[in-house]
Amino acid sequence: MSVPSDRKYTETHEWFMVEGDVVTMGITQYAADELTDITYVDLPDVGASVAAGEPVGEVESVKATSDVYSAVTGEVVETNNELADHPEILNEDAFDRGWLLRIRADSLKPLNKLMDAREYEAHIAL
Amino acid sequence: MPTTACHAGDADSIQTSEGLAVLKTPLYDTHVRLGGKMVEFAGWSLPVSFAGINEEHVHTRTACSVFDVSHMGRLKLTGKDVPAFLDRICTRKLAPEPGRSFYSHVCREDGGILDDVIVSCGDGYWGIVCNGANRDKIVAWLKRQMAGRAVTLVDDTTATAMLAIQGPQAIPLAQERAGIDLSGLKRYRFMVRNLFGIEVRVYRSGYTGEDGLEVVLPAGAVNLLLPHLFGSADQPDPVVKPAGLGARDTLRIEAAMPLYGHELTEDWDSLTAGLAWCVDLTKDFIGAEAMRKIQARGLQKQLVGLELEGRRIARQHHEVLSGSEVVGEVTSGTLSPTLGKSIAMAFVPPPLAEVGTKLEVNLGRARAAATVVKLPFYKRPG
Repeated sequence: MSVPSDRKYTETHEWFMVEGDVVTMGITQYAADELTDITYVDLPDVGASVAAGEPVGEVESVKATSDVYSAVTGEVVETNNELADHPEILNEDAFDRGWLLRIRADSLKPLNKLMDAREYEAHIAL
Repeated sequence: MPTTACHAGDADSIQTSEGLAVLKTPLYDTHVRLGGKMVEFAGWSLPVSFAGINEEHVHTRTACSVFDVSHMGRLKLTGKDVPAFLDRICTRKLAPEPGRSFYSHVCREDGGILDDVIVSCGDGYWGIVCNGANRDKIVAWLKRQMAGRAVTLVDDTTATAMLAIQGPQAIPLAQERAGIDLSGLKRYRFMVRNLFGIEVRVYRSGYTGEDGLEVVLPAGAVNLLLPHLFGSADQPDPVVKPAGLGARDTLRIEAAMPLYGHELTEDWDSLTAGLAWCVDLTKDFIGAEAMRKIQARGLQKQLVGLELEGRRIARQHHEVLSGSEVVGEVTSGTLSPTLGKSIAMAFVPPPLAEVGTKLEVNLGRARAAATVVKLPFYKRPG
């Protein structure tokens, strides 16, 4: 499993990619694989405020329901509408087509504390 | 001295990160080679899925899947008192006809279900297949009840392997590949066959809602026989595919088959679980008196099927509500791959068990409207 090096990672298996002041986030392929077949994704509405360290949505699979946490504070500017009818996209491609939401972040600073791809790879190899 | 229970020919084990020993089935290496995602279940390392739960589920409903169910307990009873002993232990009346199998419960005096088992009458012996998670408990219970009787119990679990071959293609394929005639083998019958010099017990049963077989064979032989019959990682079979515990669970939920720890527990009895058909109250088994009283008093709750609105899954212990009142509890739920709907089994009071009754399920952070539907959710065609 290859972990893209163009983004940052949390210990709880979310990824964050910066484009200007907008941060795209999702869950890692490792997390999607661990959850097994994903059946439902719950995301906030566009315009909602999210806070660093707080849950922003849920990913539900045959096996379990998991919270998804934001690493940044800001406003949701876009969500991945395709996931409502096709949550299995997360199993197929969690790092690209399976992105969850885009957040206009108040600050990008919290991302500095997150893991890079190499550190995350070591984290999941434990 | 270790205090853990010892079984004849103990299986290989691996250590978890918590330092616990987890048993390996004889097919462990095969699962890993096939890309199985291994999890710990009932003290065993087993694959939860290979290609994906949904895909394996659909494949079982439309073609044929092989499941490793070697974690199930396999016990052998011999001795002249076995029929009388089993009559006392089992809720079901067992006919002593070699080649027949019976689904039954084993209960405590108060009716609490200790396990659900398949009891088979062999030629000069009886076999019991119990749940993997209950094996130690059932062995201890049987040994206690056996005292003073001419009964010998041997735990064959780790000396054998058990496979479930399930799906509409299972019977024709097994006949073709193994060259054995299964046309006379009815549901809940079994036979013993010699396959390439290996003794194989073939049962016409399963836990998927499909037709199929469950096969018990020596632990050392399964890795020789399986690739020969159903392909390998290097040479996958075009029709038969491996399936894991995940699909096993979604398949059995659609077929409304009970799972120990969910629909069946020590906290209630077989009648309450909705399985009166496997209880013979005219005989004197352990738990009979309690169940006669429960029947006379009337059941307090009933197992129903629920269809939920939306795609969210109801899980064990989620509350069932009628209006604002909590009236029951979910035992199992899933997003049905066959129906494309969120389905669940739940206990509710009998007045609310009527098909069409509108209820609600508290899924934690959300609630979903639910309607009582007929069980099973899925019945195979024909």
